[in-house]
Amino acid sequence: MPIDILMPALSPTMEEGNLAKWLKKEGDSVASGDVIAEIETDKATMEVEAVDEGVIGKILVAEGAEGVKVNTPIAVLLQDGESADDIGRAAAPAPTPAPDAKYESAPAAAPVPAAPSEPAVASDPDIPAGTEMVPTTVREALRDAMAEEMRQDEAVFVMGEEVAEYQGAYKITQGLLDEFGPRRVVDTPITEHGFAGVGVGAAMSGLRPIVEFMTFNFAMQAMDQIINSAAKTLYMSGGQMGAPMVFRGPNGAAARVAAQHSQDYAAWYSHVPGLKVIQPYTAADAKGLLKAAIRDPNPVIFLENEILYGQTFDVPKLDDFVLPIGKARIHRPGNDCTIVSFGIGMTYAVKAAEELAGAGIDCEVIDLRTMRPMDLPTVVASVKKTGRLVTVEEGFPQCSIGDFIANQVQRQAFDYLDAPVITITGKDVPMPYAANLEKLALPNVGEVVDAVKAVTYAG
Amino acid sequence: MATRAKKASASSAKAKSSTSLTAPPPADFNKDEELYAYREMLLIRRFEEKAGQLYGMGFIGGFCHLYIGQEAVVTGMQMAAKDGDQVITGYRDHGHMLATGMESRGVMAELTGRHGGYSKGKGGSMHMFSKEKNFYGGHGIVGAQVSLGTGLAFANKYRDNGAVACAYFGDGAANQGQVYESFNMAALWKLPIIYVIENNRYAMGTSVSRASAQTDFSQRGASFSIPGFQADGMDVRAVKAAADYALDYCRSGNGPVILEMQTYRYRGHSMSDPAKYRSKDEVQKMRSEHDPIEQIKKRILDEGHADEAGLKAIDKEVREIVSDAADFAQSTPEPDPSELYTDILL
Repeated sequence: MPIDILMPALSPTMEEGNLAKWLKKEGDSVASGDVIAEIETDKATMEVEAVDEGVIGKILVAEGAEGVKVNTPIAVLLQDGESADDIGRAAAPAPTPAPDAKYESAPAAAPVPAAPSEPAVASDPDIPAGTEMVPTTVREALRDAMAEEMRQDEAVFVMGEEVAEYQGAYKITQGLLDEFGPRRVVDTPITEHGFAGVGVGAAMSGLRPIVEFMTFNFAMQAMDQIINSAAKTLYMSGGQMGAPMVFRGPNGAAARVAAQHSQDYAAWYSHVPGLKVIQPYTAADAKGLLKAAIRDPNPVIFLENEILYGQTFDVPKLDDFVLPIGKARIHRPGNDCTIVSFGIGMTYAVKAAEELAGAGIDCEVIDLRTMRPMDLPTVVASVKKTGRLVTVEEGFPQCSIGDFIANQVQRQAFDYLDAPVITITGKDVPMPYAANLEKLALPNVGEVVDAVKAVTYAG
Repeated sequence: MATRAKKASASSAKAKSSTSLTAPPPADFNKDEELYAYREMLLIRRFEEKAGQLYGMGFIGGFCHLYIGQEAVVTGMQMAAKDGDQVITGYRDHGHMLATGMESRGVMAELTGRHGGYSKGKGGSMHMFSKEKNFYGGHGIVGAQVSLGTGLAFANKYRDNGAVACAYFGDGAANQGQVYESFNMAALWKLPIIYVIENNRYAMGTSVSRASAQTDFSQRGASFSIPGFQADGMDVRAVKAAADYALDYCRSGNGPVILEMQTYRYRGHSMSDPAKYRSKDEVQKMRSEHDPIEQIKKRILDEGHADEAGLKAIDKEVREIVSDAADFAQSTPEPDPSELYTDILL
């Protein structure tokens, strides 16, 4: 049957074009790949190649025609043994193209399906009565978590700068080389973009890498691999493969290391679907959540903090202490105002709550622990009880974690709010080096106290 | 093209310097291999022509990068590869998927964004994967697949499984920084990976001489002591011989190797590229003098492996496969709206 040659779409946005020139005439033979015509689009003049072999039986749109709609038949191609007499039988342009399949395939009125509700997250495991609590630094807790997971899963390995022979720039991987050897504790060159990609590739093939960034500031070099490769592959592959791995290291300001080494990335990573994002405060959370992150089949961003590394907290002495990702922890129950924070932000929140208790204001302090998926039900339930909300973090103010929480709370608990939500953040400046300016750039306990007094209308 | 391949006389690559090797002579193909390679390359070409046609009809949207002209590269490489060896590439990936044995139906249906596609319609032309066929994508960021492929090789070494990763990238990607970060680690750790640089002479619209200070891409690993050579990427036998050498080199624990495949794409960079940066004569000359399919077709007829009728039968079979894929790709439904929220996290 004769084949209709259709006006082609030659760019993602083309709807019509001009038939600038015919390079074949009626009666000419064409083979697939031959240029048969030139079409002008709004951007360029493009050549049209034949796809099928045959003889041009009839030209339907003359040279010079303007505004020819995409998919209009422009010529008829005759197959072996056919003649011009067969033209009336031209196949209806092979499968009728869906009315502009590209843009309107989903009818404009099709409702956007509702996002599925977050699956229920298990609560923290019960700690059996009588369990010994061991004072442990955050540093030791992180190391113990990695060692325990490496002992039980051969696919887990750690890679990064100075993680092996140097024992970790911040000594988080201390002792791992001795126990697991250089095959599983891998020193990398200073090449964040490259080794992040190597880690993602290894994860795609089923290993369980823990990629340590000496600090998350350097992970900016690796951002493309973290976002475009690790976070999106599961979706782009229709669920066939993803990147079961952990990116971890210190995040945020340390002390006097200036603008390029002092940034909190919690809001950046929590923006991205396909990632889980954790920022622990206590040693127990650091241990239990890092173990969970290593076992998680998704890419997990695990944001630590250099200043917290040396702080000591009680960690339950259990064989396998794993905490649920996506569950906030009520650090201090209270009734007058909810303070939500995470990571080092908790140090300000906890001290402010103590000070406010002395002034008769009873704060509920929530440690978010996981930024994504975020445990909003715990936050909203608390706000419904207290009617007030203050958030605390060290990151920049615009599009902060606090902004997101404030938005969700006004949507889910508007009628319960007795005051506007206040978000305490780092100041809207690159981190200065000078000691006095650095102090001013970070949040402080006084700001949190003032914010709580403001929302509780306390003098 | 491939003057070195012609000069070579030894049965394997010889060292000219520590990193500059001479390409081995083209592999001797028997009848079965010639006919197999012909069919594989023809399938890729007909598939791509059909994809171009469906794009023109509006069934395929967005970016669509065709492999027409470069068919011999992935075909020759895959003829040498063993089960378990992995393939990863950039966004000009349809040929690689077909060559690894992925179904033309599933690939075409992904191009049309349908549920029957390899990624359920959520990846498109640039993003398809197959665990079963060891195809790891399908990546849209120029050069990213080089580090990812190095990670596949890292995993091979970690597991000591004897597999080799093949990371394909173009002359344009060869200028990305992470490529050299990856070269360094692969050489340092002796990872089993072949870096296949498909030099088709143009990074989108920029010719290699306008973008690259060193246009001998086979020597891009020289500062890491990674050996490499240039091969005629328009001759599937030359590619196969290069691949045999490289796979053996990697499997023997020597670390990475670079193959610069000198090739050419006939079509524009993507469907919307009018390719005004090169002359029609240049394209025509490549098509008439170096076309990988015409070369093998001539050999098959000269050697009497098949007659015109035999080749026509192969052509017909291939057209039927492609036509079936196109029908499937237009008739299988779009993904259910509920798929919007699946496959984000496990």
